[in-house]
Amino acid sequence: MPCYTVRMGQKPPAHTPEKEALLVALRGILPDHSVLCEGEQLRPYECDGLTAWRALPGVVCLPSNAEQVQQILRLCGQMHYPVVARGAGTGLSGGALPLENGVLLSLAKFTRILEIDADNRTARVECGVRNLAISEAVAPHGLYYAPDPSSQIACTIGGNVAENSGGVHCLKYGLTVHNVLGLKALTMDGELLEIGSKALDTPGYDLLALLHGSEGLLGVLLEVTVKLLPQPERAQLALAAFHDVTQAAQAVAAIIGAGIIPAGLEMMDNLALCAAEDYAHAGYPRDAAAILLCELDGSNEEVSELIMLVRDLLLANGAYEVHTARDDAERLKMWAGRKAAFPAVGRLAPDYYCMDGTIPRRHLSAVLTRIAELSRHYDLPVANVFHAGDGNLHPLILYDANQSDERTRAEEFGGEILQLCLDAGGTITGEHGVGVEKLNQMCAQFTPHELVQFHEIKHAFDPKDLLNPGKAVPTLHRCAEHGAMHVHHGKLPFPELERF
Amino acid sequence: MDADRSVELQAAVREAAACKTPLHIIAGDSKKFYGRAATGTPFPVAQHCGIVHYEPGELIITARAGTPLAEIEAALAAHGQMLPFEPPHFGPTATLGGTIACGLSGPRRPYAGAARDFVLGVKIINGQGEILKFGGEVMKNVAGFDVSRLMVGALGTLGLLLEISLKVLPKPQHELTLAFTCTPQEALAHITEWSGQPVPLSGACHDGARLVVRLSGSRSGVIAFQRKLRGEVVNDGEKFWQQLREHQHDFFKGDALLWRFSVPPATPLLNLPGQLFIDWGGAQRWLINPLPADVIRASAVKLGGHATLFRGGERIGQVFHPLPPALLALHKRLKTAFDPHAIFNPGRLYVEF
Ligand SMILES: Cc1cc2nc3c(=O)[nH]c(=O)nc-3n(C[C@H](O)[C@H](O)[C@H](O)COP(=O)(O)OP(=O)(O)OC[C@H]3O[C@@H](n4cnc5c(N)ncnc54)[C@H](O)[C@@H]3O)c2cc1C
Repeated sequence: MPCYTVRMGQKPPAHTPEKEALLVALRGILPDHSVLCEGEQLRPYECDGLTAWRALPGVVCLPSNAEQVQQILRLCGQMHYPVVARGAGTGLSGGALPLENGVLLSLAKFTRILEIDADNRTARVECGVRNLAISEAVAPHGLYYAPDPSSQIACTIGGNVAENSGGVHCLKYGLTVHNVLGLKALTMDGELLEIGSKALDTPGYDLLALLHGSEGLLGVLLEVTVKLLPQPERAQLALAAFHDVTQAAQAVAAIIGAGIIPAGLEMMDNLALCAAEDYAHAGYPRDAAAILLCELDGSNEEVSELIMLVRDLLLANGAYEVHTARDDAERLKMWAGRKAAFPAVGRLAPDYYCMDGTIPRRHLSAVLTRIAELSRHYDLPVANVFHAGDGNLHPLILYDANQSDERTRAEEFGGEILQLCLDAGGTITGEHGVGVEKLNQMCAQFTPHELVQFHEIKHAFDPKDLLNPGKAVPTLHRCAEHGAMHVHHGKLPFPELERF
Repeated sequence: MDADRSVELQAAVREAAACKTPLHIIAGDSKKFYGRAATGTPFPVAQHCGIVHYEPGELIITARAGTPLAEIEAALAAHGQMLPFEPPHFGPTATLGGTIACGLSGPRRPYAGAARDFVLGVKIINGQGEILKFGGEVMKNVAGFDVSRLMVGALGTLGLLLEISLKVLPKPQHELTLAFTCTPQEALAHITEWSGQPVPLSGACHDGARLVVRLSGSRSGVIAFQRKLRGEVVNDGEKFWQQLREHQHDFFKGDALLWRFSVPPATPLLNLPGQLFIDWGGAQRWLINPLPADVIRASAVKLGGHATLFRGGERIGQVFHPLPPALLALHKRLKTAFDPHAIFNPGRLYVEF
């Protein structure tokens, strides 16, 4: 993904005596070529998928086994160097954004599939294994790994756990947290935690859930045991075209209301579907205001029965055309457009800003209408791609960072969309995480007491605050400055805490 | 009567925190038998009850923790919906809060998910008497750490649950129960084979004499697999699963020690004496057996799982599987992070905190 804008420092971080000592010690743990510290070597690590934010890391380490990671963490703990874990760097909230004074821990070499257990329907893999590689490896057993983020050819299972990623099939099969049975992780002090197993539950607190979506703040994941599902007998995809976005939203409600949980239920508006069509030639109708993609899977009989029901519901709710895939090849082609929606929209403007709010589904059309108004107000086009079935919106704001104030406008516009999601009873992030990007909005979603509770959890794992510090959970100080603190009856809550 | 008692509860928790008075949280008291023996001042919370928000079209329900589980299930049933994790009630007084705090799930668990899989948000009072909200009423939410799921199965040791939001699902259009007379070994082999194929299973157990499975889905889909699997149709299938869920099946009668093994589903038969009931498609095995706890636990570990003394016996030793040192230390730190004065249900989960 091209990088257009620059926010943070671009000069390679300075070499200090402490850093020299760190480098010497790191070279004692890793071979020389696995410790990177010179300008151009660092460049590939300066940003993740949120390219507007960049920083060159102090050092990049490329360990290849657990002992090395453990030693690096212990060393950094002793020397007080912060550590940022990185998978494939496709994250969209700056979670893997490096720290100039820190170590970037790339897990790119952890790519072994350790065990496939067909009888128990599990696979144990290293954290750097790509999401799609799991399904490919287990396909000969008639099994697959269900969560399928659009980035699945590149993103790693470690990154998926750290973000609790979703995908177009999560409506029926759940998010990453619903499909992982076990983890091996190292805490910042190098302590190995073995959480879960191939059994369905584990004694004590649900640390498995806690580590999902923890954005690399609680531990470095080394191994993941995932749950596998049998490939469905049949999958069928219906594409419905609408003249009106509101009707498409109503059709979504009608399908769920009829007691049908499709395997996937995705919506794209005109700008998004045209971009996807130009890019992937998926066969989308360019004249539609919105399209819905509704996939059903299961036994032959079940799919045949439900696809007729869904077809009727779509037509009854205003679809002017419903097309069902002729065969699997066409089905995959129709999905390819949706899965390529981000890069496709990316071709429409020099930059785009991807939002990720989630709202209760019933507010879908009101929120869409308001986003369209805001788009006119900020004079920036927006393409909408949604996981419509679960209310997760991805408005993509198009802008050009080289135009004087477009970037600021895009960020303000994005901020308003997230506020809109909160006002509708939703959340600022459904699957991309907070990272560095949504720290200010966290102050609006949570009270200071709640944020303090998050920090207390963080400190239970990492008392020195060295693992991915400054991400995911804002300091109260930042919230006070940002001015988004909840204020009740004109009084700042929590006056007893000294932080203002 | 529905009532929001959060203000009174908060005041009481603050007072307990100030005096460092341990509290024994009691709602329906239906799961008194579970976990380690309670200590502390009895702290009744069931009055904080009522469904706050049920939106069938969104597949979500939010209710106060004291709401009777039966009330929630009745409200859902009126709209053709259900709690997919089939929580056991273990008595008419069971509440939503107790259900989530215990984190128990019924026969549908391996196929639909566990209690923790359906929790979307919680409102709690932490050990400092602060009312906190995490998660919410939307299906996808990664803002902040997942405190909501952390509460599930914590037996009230991290905080007092005030409100819980759950994802619910439509009841399957059609369900059918089939029985096959066979040995437990044969049952495990069948389950393993069918679980690797797209068979619409929603329950699979062996009751000592028969493999009993439930199929769920569209009518045509269920009938198609009935033809493939054959087996004998169990006419009162719903009653069978209900009794299993509530431990009213004959196997569970009497008051002998009841062990729960949680193991990888395809694990071969345990080489232990005693009576065995296999549920969760092999992943949950009930064992009635008087062997010493350490022998039982060692065999569970060997099989890649863990064992809980579910019911009976002295509830003062380790009831849940002991944690390795690194995890135990982390549990203690997390406990302190939520409940620094150790007032909530001390010792109910583990003797150490
Ligand atoms: C085109 C495109 C489409 C996308 N589509 C989707 C989608 O459909 N659904 C979705 O949910 N997301 C999507 N994403 C976002 C992104 O792909 C996911 O968040 C993904 O899980 C990130 O994985 P990664 O390996 O790239 O992680 P990175 O970006 O490298 O890291 C993400 C976070 O995880 C942490 N981390 C990574 N590995 C580890 C580890 N081993 N231990 C501890 N912490 C670790 C990092 O510190 C960071 O905080 C998309 C991104 C792009 C660019």
